[in-house]
Amino acid sequence: MTTESETSIPIIDKPAAGKKLLEVRGLNIWFTGQNGERKHVVRGVDLELRAGQCIALVGESGSGKSVTARSLVGLVGDNAIISADTLALEGETLLGRPDSWWRRVRGARIGFILQDALVSLDPLRPVGKEIDEALWLHAWGTSHTRREKVLQTLTQVGVPEPELRARQRPGELSGGLRQRALIASAIALHPDIVIADEPTTALDVTVQAQVLSVLKQMLGRGTSVILISHDLAVVAKLADVILVMQGGEIVEAGPSGQVLGEPQHPYTQQLIDAIPSEHTKGSRLSARGGVFTHQLFAPPSKPFSGNESPLLEARNVVKSFRGPDGVRRTVVKSVSFTLGRGETLGIVGESGSGKSTLARIALSLEKPDSGEVRFLGEAWSNATSAEQLKIRRSIAVVYQDPLSSFDPRWRVSRILTDAIALGDPKHARRARERAAELLETVGLTAAHLDQWPLRMSGGQRQRVAIARAIATNPEVIVLDEAVSALDVSVQAQILDLLSDLQTQLGISYLFISHDLGVIHHMSDRVLVMQNGVAVEQGNADEVFYSPCHSYTQKLLESLPRLEYARLRLAASSR
Amino acid sequence: MSEVAKDVRSSSSSNPLLTAIVTVPSSIVLSALVVLFFLIAAIVPSVLSTHSAFDTDLLSSLTPPAADHWLGTDEIGRDLYSRIVWGTRGSLLIGLGAMAVALAGATVLGFTAALAPRWVAEPVNRILEILLAFPTLLLALLFVALLGPSATSLLISVGLGTTPGYARLIRAQTLKVKQSGYVEAARALGHSWQTVFIQHIAPNAFRPLVGLVALGIGQSVVWASGLSFLGLGVAPPSPEWGALLEAGKANITVAWWLEIFPGLAIVLVALSFTQIGQYIQDLAEGNTR
Repeated sequence: MTTESETSIPIIDKPAAGKKLLEVRGLNIWFTGQNGERKHVVRGVDLELRAGQCIALVGESGSGKSVTARSLVGLVGDNAIISADTLALEGETLLGRPDSWWRRVRGARIGFILQDALVSLDPLRPVGKEIDEALWLHAWGTSHTRREKVLQTLTQVGVPEPELRARQRPGELSGGLRQRALIASAIALHPDIVIADEPTTALDVTVQAQVLSVLKQMLGRGTSVILISHDLAVVAKLADVILVMQGGEIVEAGPSGQVLGEPQHPYTQQLIDAIPSEHTKGSRLSARGGVFTHQLFAPPSKPFSGNESPLLEARNVVKSFRGPDGVRRTVVKSVSFTLGRGETLGIVGESGSGKSTLARIALSLEKPDSGEVRFLGEAWSNATSAEQLKIRRSIAVVYQDPLSSFDPRWRVSRILTDAIALGDPKHARRARERAAELLETVGLTAAHLDQWPLRMSGGQRQRVAIARAIATNPEVIVLDEAVSALDVSVQAQILDLLSDLQTQLGISYLFISHDLGVIHHMSDRVLVMQNGVAVEQGNADEVFYSPCHSYTQKLLESLPRLEYARLRLAASSR
Repeated sequence: MSEVAKDVRSSSSSNPLLTAIVTVPSSIVLSALVVLFFLIAAIVPSVLSTHSAFDTDLLSSLTPPAADHWLGTDEIGRDLYSRIVWGTRGSLLIGLGAMAVALAGATVLGFTAALAPRWVAEPVNRILEILLAFPTLLLALLFVALLGPSATSLLISVGLGTTPGYARLIRAQTLKVKQSGYVEAARALGHSWQTVFIQHIAPNAFRPLVGLVALGIGQSVVWASGLSFLGLGVAPPSPEWGALLEAGKANITVAWWLEIFPGLAIVLVALSFTQIGQYIQDLAEGNTR
């Protein structure tokens, strides 16, 4: 397999592959902007989908994978120009079709599953009605047979108690059930092809596992699937063929074991290397070099000695909130932890596990109902606000969405100089100079000083947020899902940056994430949360390799891992 | 908007407002010209007026609009155009003053309702809600009744009458900004509440109000004229616009111009300020997110 052939036509050497359903040759798509300039978003894409096959389009945001998929169901939008040598569904061309034609195709022959079920489903309509409508639109059966069919489809996608669920609105269903209801509405008419655009991205890992198994069953029943995802591990579980996209082009294509096991293109290699997991611990994820800290920071003030009290210590922290229905719910139930100097404590849990509330308590932005958090043995969460102000400078925070944590009226320079002046007033006079140094420390340049955060990329914004966090010379940084919204290669760079800063500045991290791979990569010790309870706590490797609590075991089992693909390949090649 | 954005990036040190002015729509230019005309009329009426506002000329009473009296004359022969020009100062001052009164009151009440401890904020809130239940005009009437009819009391009454609406708006904005990520980030960084308030909460809560202020000036002119028309504000010999309307209504069957033109002046001022206010508001929003 040479590099040239990969960029042209995907070679599908799967003998079991059935008849050709979709054929795309030389697909180009341009978007026309408001000023009439054209943007070339898909460049010469070739792909082929056969019956019963699953192909995956993999790439980061802006790679053109979603646009490619949308062009197959006629949903690219009015401002797009599509050209292709061949764009055919079972021999019929898809080019220049009117809307009425597409309406007959969508749902009946090609089902389309979108990322976020909460947005895609009508919030005021019971999900049963939603599926019923898909059938009704295609004049399928009578109202009685349609009812039967709705329940049957819901059962098919693994929704328990379908009669009850069909009557419920999307808001009343859990994330996993909602996503399955959406899949049900897409496959109700048994389309030959289902396109799933990031079907599990917004879901917790245990829920993701359920949805993936539903997709797997569909494949087993002979439906062909086009899976679009940024997550190689998810793709590895389902796809027969993987197409890696970058900047609108397919840079590598081939059977999934081969692409993941022996990636030929450097970009594919880079994507695979960027995935944090237990195997990457202690190594760099991105190809970028380390950062320089300019010696502008004081070296770690005091080396850690055994008898010193820990930097942060939480003792039996309890917090409850009154919900909109007036019922008080305890979201953090008697959680204790310690964080030592230069250490990373990972807090992992699914949505609603109370990990973010715990972070806010650790930052003293929320007062615990009982229990307390101490900083270097001093009162912190229960201190007076005047005392807290003094300690605050030592505990910084980086949020998931950096943009919302910047005042929209402020440029980067103001954001940083504000923090610098707060950290050490004697720096205030040369604050701008120091801000430039901080930017260089986090891998940006002084040229970014005059930028508006709104016009920066996600990775750049997160770097600015980190620069602000270290501006006050903190001892602890609380990272609340700080890399969760980033593309995997950007995430890799940010994780590397955080590791570098930790080694050079001796900062401790309280690292909160739902992503088990990220947590394992970064953490020395791990705390697993479920429904407000710290179910397991200990050394990262021990927790991940020999979990004691059943919930931790369940989390780890649900986690799709790339290593399986690697192992499978190794086994099959033997 | 994207064009503007690009310019801002290339010359990042220049003011984005300045860059935006280059691409102003024509309706805004027109509105600005109208506002300019009335501003000149308010500051140096003699430049624009053709006659004195008070000289009577009984021989040419109630003449329709013509070359020597552009907008006609009233029952004792005073030139209507000049009276409108001379009346601008009073009308605009009342509008501006009322807006200032409303803004001052609303700022105090709005911030209190949003940031004060519960036992202060809740009563303030309830009072605002009760006041909001009254129509603005009724509320203004109440204050006029208490203060007696005069230009000052008109200004204060209209200002107080429109206060509750603005107060609720400031309260809502403050609550929103208070919960924003950057306020939390500033607190986590170690800023005191006072600094957070001055640096983040107050300016960001006021941001959307910039446009509303212009909008409110136009509105206040309308309210004030309405009260004068009812005989509760400035009394007729004065050329204030509401008073002109009030004076003209006796002759409405024979001299339509006495009602139409002062009315038109009010409409033009209100419309222009509203347009400009609306535009500033869009600009401010487009500039954030």
